[in-house]
Amino acid sequence: MQTKTQHVNKYYFKTKRMFLGMQGTDGLLFKLLIYGLLIGIGFVYLYPLLYMGVYSFKSLDDLLNPLVNWIPTQFYTGNYEQANKVMDFFSTLMETLYVTVLPALAQTAVAAVVGYGLARFDFKGKKIIFVLVLATFIIPPQVTLIPRYIFFNELNILGSLSAFLLPATFGQGLNSAIFILIFYQFFRAVPKALEEAAQLDGAGHFRIFFTIALPMALPAIIISFLFSFVWYWNETYLAAIYFGDALTTLPLQLQKFVATYQKMFPAEMGVSGGNQLNEGIKMAGTVLSILPLLIVYFITQRWFVEGVDRSGITGE
Amino acid sequence: MKRLRNNRNITGLLFVSPWIIGFLIFTAFPLLYSLFLSFQQVKITTDGIKTKFVKFGNYEYAFTVDGTFLDRVMTYLEEMVISVPIIIVFSLIIALLLNQKVKFRGVFRTIFFLPVIIASGPVIKELIDQGITTIPSIEQYAIYQTLNENPEGFFNGILLYLIKNLIVILWYSGVQILIFLAALQKMDKQIFDAAKIDGASNWEFFWKITLPSLVPMIVVNLIYTIVTYSVFSLNPIIEHIQKNMFKVDTGYGYASALSWIYFLIIAAALAIAVGAMTLKRKKNYT
Repeated sequence: MQTKTQHVNKYYFKTKRMFLGMQGTDGLLFKLLIYGLLIGIGFVYLYPLLYMGVYSFKSLDDLLNPLVNWIPTQFYTGNYEQANKVMDFFSTLMETLYVTVLPALAQTAVAAVVGYGLARFDFKGKKIIFVLVLATFIIPPQVTLIPRYIFFNELNILGSLSAFLLPATFGQGLNSAIFILIFYQFFRAVPKALEEAAQLDGAGHFRIFFTIALPMALPAIIISFLFSFVWYWNETYLAAIYFGDALTTLPLQLQKFVATYQKMFPAEMGVSGGNQLNEGIKMAGTVLSILPLLIVYFITQRWFVEGVDRSGITGE
Repeated sequence: MKRLRNNRNITGLLFVSPWIIGFLIFTAFPLLYSLFLSFQQVKITTDGIKTKFVKFGNYEYAFTVDGTFLDRVMTYLEEMVISVPIIIVFSLIIALLLNQKVKFRGVFRTIFFLPVIIASGPVIKELIDQGITTIPSIEQYAIYQTLNENPEGFFNGILLYLIKNLIVILWYSGVQILIFLAALQKMDKQIFDAAKIDGASNWEFFWKITLPSLVPMIVVNLIYTIVTYSVFSLNPIIEHIQKNMFKVDTGYGYASALSWIYFLIIAAALAIAVGAMTLKRKKNYT
């Protein structure tokens, strides 16, 4: 009788541990539950990607065939050929890189400088500036959009990269506040003694920043750059308004996908199949528009994950 | 010595100066200017912009004539009230799971963070259009069909919304999971041992120690979630603002008023959420 209650107790505790997330003796049931949950939720996360991938390789016959569900009957790349034509993939990719990499670099550089200033110096009004930096995070871009638009229009930089680059260069880019915070946390951790030693050797503040602080901040630099890159890449709202038709990005091309397709391949009467826009082609377009980001992510995912650790939003 | 300190002050300001200049030009001034515009009727002529003071005309219009706007604000608020707690609780659960000693933790982290990378409006829209964001093959289940037949009623509406958007909601949780996970991993193991010696059960430990110590992270995640949720380009209010911006009869003035109303709503939502969290925290400690 007692062993039975002990048994019950044991399972009781194990189940409890699952919720508590504490380390302990991991029973089989417990492990199964955790892996089951993780794999199940992981599948739900990946489901849209899997779906996209599979559908992008489906030929029209496969799409129409209700028996074909997850595995296409043939390796069909026609969808990609069409999507490539519609999106003009390579030249759009180049343009996308142009309007994402440069602002990301500018944003990172400025965040490093400002973060250093906030972390290593005490000056009047620092607290106010710090609060304002954080406040810029919650101001929706829509509020400043119209004046900026008018302003850029007067400067004649609408439709050019400057509409992204200029705010980024002055620390007002996409989520700049987060990057300043990352650098702030990072530079605060640099020991004061190092700075003092360099000062004794006669180095000025700027020299210390460039030769000592900045090289040490390499992880923060990489993280900031990667996140800015991704966020600028995904920004379609501002891009559509600032760039108009002058510049385009892969996500913007995806947005216009249906319209472009219909312009390029006007539906012909009586011709079935060949020219009709179908799910497969759309999915191929979607895959193309995220493929470069996926590749970047899988190469650098370690940094992305560390980034959140380092961002300082998790500490203090 | 004093001169030296002054020098330091100036150097510090020098480092921060790009931001200060940028803030004045690209944030503070536009903010005030859009507030100014929101009280004007803006006409764009060949000589530039002509404004006419209309007092609260634009705001009145938003709340009385423009039914779409109010409608969308209500939906936005409803959806936010449903989604944000789910995102927070869900990311906490995943973080707790990942905090276990599991193999392939890196792989799972990579998967759960993946949506952050591809969270662009057009991509998500494409996925929603294709119906991939619902729970796989949910249509076949009875519960969905009953719900779909009676979409009226508060709870049915919520459930239906959840089912239809589950994957999108989950996709919003990538950063939040990592924030919780980082906080969990930074927790002092010694507290756990001490509590164990004192006879605390794991259940008590979670509610009395883990959760309270996570409160700051919950606040951070709340802010982050509400902000990202609100400025996401698929948000119907944002679409509405953009549409009005380029409309001839409403134009910049009205769009500015809308964006200011929206800004105030977000600010209020943030204040309420953060306020509620910190109030609760005080109660816990006294």
